[in-house]
Amino acid sequence: MPDRERVGLVVNGEPRLVEVEPRTLLVHALRDGLGLTGTHVGCDTSQCGACTVLVDGKAVKSCTLLALQAEGSEVTTIEGIADEAGLHPVQQAFVEHHGLQCGFCTPGMILTALDLLSRDPDPDERTIRHALRGNLCRCTGYQPIVESVRAAAEALR
Amino acid sequence: MTVVGTPIKRREDEALLRGRGSFVDNLTLPGTAYMAVVRSPYPAARIVSVNLDAARAAEGVIAAFSGADLADEWAGPLPCAWLVTEDTKNPPHYPVAIDVARYQGDPVAVVVAESRALAKDAAELVEVEYEPLPAVADVEQALSDGAPLVHEELGTNECYVWKLETDGIQAAIDAADVVVTRRYRQPRLIPNAIEPRGVLAQVGPTGDVTLWSATQTPHIQRFVLQLVLGIPEAKIRVIAPDVGGGFGSKIQVYGEGPLAIVLARRLGRPVKWTEERSENYLGTIHGRDVVHEVTFAATKEGKITAVRSEAWCAMGAYLELVTPGIPLLGAWLYSGPYEIPNYSVTFTGVFTNTTPTDAYRGAGRPEATYVLERTMDALARELGMDPVELRRKNLIREFPHTMASGLTIDSGDYHASLDRLLEVLDLDAVRAEQAARRERGDVKQLGVGFSTYNEMCGLAPSRILGAIRYAVGGWDSATVRFQPLGSVQVVVGTSPHGQGHETTFAQIVADRLGVGVDEVEVLHGDTAISQLGMDTYGSRSLAVGGIALWQATEKVIAKARAIVAHQLEVSEDDLEFADGTFRVKGSPDRSMDIKAAAFAAHAAHNLPDGMEPGLEETATYDPANFSWPGGAHAAVVEVDTETGDTRLVRYVAVDDVGRAINPMIVDGQVHGGLAQGIAAALYEEGVYDAEGNLLTTTMATYLVPSAAELPSFETDRTETAADNPLGVKGVGETGTIASAPAVVNAVVDALSHLGVTDVPLPATPERVWNAIQEVRS
Repeated sequence: MPDRERVGLVVNGEPRLVEVEPRTLLVHALRDGLGLTGTHVGCDTSQCGACTVLVDGKAVKSCTLLALQAEGSEVTTIEGIADEAGLHPVQQAFVEHHGLQCGFCTPGMILTALDLLSRDPDPDERTIRHALRGNLCRCTGYQPIVESVRAAAEALR
Repeated sequence: MTVVGTPIKRREDEALLRGRGSFVDNLTLPGTAYMAVVRSPYPAARIVSVNLDAARAAEGVIAAFSGADLADEWAGPLPCAWLVTEDTKNPPHYPVAIDVARYQGDPVAVVVAESRALAKDAAELVEVEYEPLPAVADVEQALSDGAPLVHEELGTNECYVWKLETDGIQAAIDAADVVVTRRYRQPRLIPNAIEPRGVLAQVGPTGDVTLWSATQTPHIQRFVLQLVLGIPEAKIRVIAPDVGGGFGSKIQVYGEGPLAIVLARRLGRPVKWTEERSENYLGTIHGRDVVHEVTFAATKEGKITAVRSEAWCAMGAYLELVTPGIPLLGAWLYSGPYEIPNYSVTFTGVFTNTTPTDAYRGAGRPEATYVLERTMDALARELGMDPVELRRKNLIREFPHTMASGLTIDSGDYHASLDRLLEVLDLDAVRAEQAARRERGDVKQLGVGFSTYNEMCGLAPSRILGAIRYAVGGWDSATVRFQPLGSVQVVVGTSPHGQGHETTFAQIVADRLGVGVDEVEVLHGDTAISQLGMDTYGSRSLAVGGIALWQATEKVIAKARAIVAHQLEVSEDDLEFADGTFRVKGSPDRSMDIKAAAFAAHAAHNLPDGMEPGLEETATYDPANFSWPGGAHAAVVEVDTETGDTRLVRYVAVDDVGRAINPMIVDGQVHGGLAQGIAAALYEEGVYDAEGNLLTTTMATYLVPSAAELPSFETDRTETAADNPLGVKGVGETGTIASAPAVVNAVVDALSHLGVTDVPLPATPERVWNAIQEVRS
């Protein structure tokens, strides 16, 4: 095996240690190292956004940084935004407004929406569309996703 | 309570929203090994040698094989199920190329290692000596004299010629007042399901095979795997877990599935392969890539008298599952929703050194609808007639309507859709704004484009499929099973990948059985659970699978009725069934609910003589006809005449998809379809250079639109009932079929006062700008 190093992260509120190769991307550390397979891989050029997570509260495509670069960071994945009792208001809005079909891009969409709503609690349609431009969806045509985010904003205010 | 027709929320959502989807790449078995595929960088090359020594010696590598190493594993080549003529050429196609690589991305070797990264590292160490051969990527060049041959042994690049023609077509064209001929090139489209393909193969101790696959077609996979591997279907289980979109590109039986099974068997370990996106661009089928020449003939009053279409259709380097048949899915749609008495369609299939083409959303029907609707506008210009009026004059008025091409459209009201469209659009206001901008010479000009369309879906009547040489049938199956204590299990032969079948199908069954929608569980996508089925594509799941489900439900009710009649000692005819309860006519206090009948069926203490215990029925449904959705769409675009930049300002879609079981899901299907058709009109193009190198190999160069490029759509519906028990027509492809011509017609309309009559696909700023410069110079 190539040299492996340990990287310490706070993932969904829990301190975690994960063994990685120096070249391992954060997304693979999350998926293969920690079993958090809700973070998906849809491309290899950082276009699709399916792997978006929050790193220290900001939406980051987790294929764009090495796991080692995230050392000490707080990482939030789709698994970490709601407990068993109920969905997060953003997730619930996606249910209500049919913001997902196949669901593969959805975790990334949700985390990008969370990032947007943390900065702008009342985004208009144009703002939402621009905020989501790094997350590709092939099923919905985006309109219900935009509606979901608007509804989530209202629910969170 | 009635749930059919209501937008209940999807039961599929919660797991997906929590990141608990069962996508293949999320599944790993103990001891899983990882496969990487080495692909030809050359569009055409002789494989002189494959040296695997360095790869085999690399860290973590379990095995590495060339195509020649694996040649004995195949019981047969990867089959094509639709050889459209007796003499369609179907050169052998194996999971790994042996002597010659025929497109960029053709697999030439395979490596298995302890991790995905190590497999990729080792794949880099495989040394393949190639002798590059001349290649051809363009359909017209491929048919020219002296063109390089994709398959030398065939002596030609022509795969087939298929023709459908009514008598007297030439005479009709000769006799016409007006004849319009146009050529169109529809480029390659790359489907881009956001989940790439993937497989995980496990071979058990008795040689039984389980394949988890990101596929639309678990039943077809199982069938084809027997042909390729020689393993009896009965020993093969294919599971399509959560599948992240398909759009036609996950119908095919690709080489990686059988390859992973062979390696799992050889190595005694589960083998997993996950496609990378850049690999997907090369190794997963493309759509379109067709050149058309179309002639319309009409009277000077605008009555269309004949349509003749000739098309040259790229097959790519090999025939995938239904490659040659894709154009045929559009073969009856070149007259669309119009009454046109003379008809001629010819398709020439052409091999090129490119990734194989196959079904991409709409499959054949967008191609036909595009040339039809673009030529409608060209004819309107020629006649000096408003494009809406020309359409009105020719729309079919009475149903059922048998077309000149021979098929019968069961239902529709095309005028109603068009009327509603114009109402939502407020065409007069759009035209007034357009006129004002033209008047003041605005840099940003406005255009409005139309597409009135219909489509042939609900694939498909088996007899017709047989007549057009498809290898198997088009029916589907469903099982409805009462559990002893009254919950309902439904097993369907269709296999969803985002369409929400679990929700929609539960609505149908719950309503009919009079049970709660949450009491109905829908199972699918696993050949061990769903033994019979023809899977999901061609807007067939509801229009075919849904009817099978209806029939199975009716059979359950019939059996329950016999049980209740027996136990209440009345005749079956004396029983009414509503809201889940059988009541004796005239004495409504004498009743038994269907759940009690289910328990009685299970206990079997008191059943009619000879009746088998249990309350479970299976039905198969073979449609007598295709289903025929239709409608009217309009696009409004703003074109910057200085830069060519085109923005879609509004999109109005009025569709008749028959009865909507879940209107929320129906709207979602329309939206997604529109986005893909609009993308084809404005953004997406898979580009090969003249030597056959794919230039668009990432999402950075192939422009899948984001939320920022698209507007909110204005959708509405008119409804005529299809000729089936649910009145449903299918909705998966309407948006894609109708939208591309509406958008391009709008772009041309925006520039028509300058003299622009055509803009090639996709209407990128550069192409639009060039079109403007051409007429200005």
